[in-house]
Amino acid sequence: MAHSTTLQPNAAPASYVDAPRTGTWDGGNEPFKASYGKLMMWFFLLSDTFTFGAFLTAYGLIRHKHGVFAGQAKDFFFSTAHWPIPEKVFNSFPGLHGMDLPLAFVALMTMILIFSSVTMVLAVEAGHRMDKADVQKWLLWTILFGSMFLSSQAIEWTHFISGEGEGTLMADGTVMHGANLTMNQYGPPLFADLFFFITGFHGTHVLSGVCLLVWCFIATTNGTFEKRGHYEMIEKIGLYWHFVDLVWVFVFTFFYLV
Amino acid sequence: MSNHAEELALHPGEIAKPNTAWIWKTFWILVIITAAEFAIAFTMTSPGLRTLRNSIFIVMTVLKAFFIVGEFMHLKHEAKSLIWTILIPTALLIWLVVALVTEGSYVGEVLSHMFSS
Repeated sequence: MAHSTTLQPNAAPASYVDAPRTGTWDGGNEPFKASYGKLMMWFFLLSDTFTFGAFLTAYGLIRHKHGVFAGQAKDFFFSTAHWPIPEKVFNSFPGLHGMDLPLAFVALMTMILIFSSVTMVLAVEAGHRMDKADVQKWLLWTILFGSMFLSSQAIEWTHFISGEGEGTLMADGTVMHGANLTMNQYGPPLFADLFFFITGFHGTHVLSGVCLLVWCFIATTNGTFEKRGHYEMIEKIGLYWHFVDLVWVFVFTFFYLV
Repeated sequence: MSNHAEELALHPGEIAKPNTAWIWKTFWILVIITAAEFAIAFTMTSPGLRTLRNSIFIVMTVLKAFFIVGEFMHLKHEAKSLIWTILIPTALLIWLVVALVTEGSYVGEVLSHMFSS
């Protein structure tokens, strides 16, 4: 009767509480053939997709509301009258002052995040094989790349806020350097607002991911997952981590390339 | 490919050999697509080609998303019902983007004519 699907309220055996619940209606059935935890992670990520989708859609609307720079890219200048060309805003590299290196730093950040995704999936693969040492190794690499990405973003933000060059003459006659939430030297005020909110929200996700990975590393080292008999927690955190990488792929395209 | 971990008969305490070829294959696909995106960003700079350029970027981004979600997040190898549960709500976002980008252009046009007549 272990796999019975009929409800028998009076016939529950005395050992029912201790027995594993394997019936269709008492928890033995896995919807979509995925475990509870993985399924809930997928649903959370779906809701997060809508959050970032809303951000990027708002970016699309606001960008199309503003005018496009009409001339050739080489004649481009900063003004609140038109939306900036991303290559002209994000063109510096830490330590190489005054050089025009369009999108070089963001390329590095993208590579760091792709690498972290690879080391994460290697940790998941090692978990499948119950290889504790390999899980630890790849988790550490992932934490390292995640921290590198966060540091790069800190540098990027610092540079964006403090600004570079001569600044831009604003409508009130003052010269603006860098950016804040109400005005910036690069273009319309909303350009900087969207930069802060979209990359900031993504950066917060990376930070949460790094914290979860550190916790995973401690649990792996303590043998928590080995005692449990599986490394599914690494898989669940891995899903989250790949999602963060996925969001960056979209932020990269719509904020930096298009 | 439904289960990447090889299920060979192992002695107790023995650890299976890593099976990572598919991971590095996906990695190289992602790197090559990203490199191509940069190449296009610096070679197709003419304003007349803007729409074509942006269309290529969007196709490449969706392609990268396919490999990250399908392989790294393993969705390609999950149950069909789970795949559709994730993809159908996400597909609604395409409509949202198209609708609001169109709306944005219209708002911009209205605002630019508001004070000129």
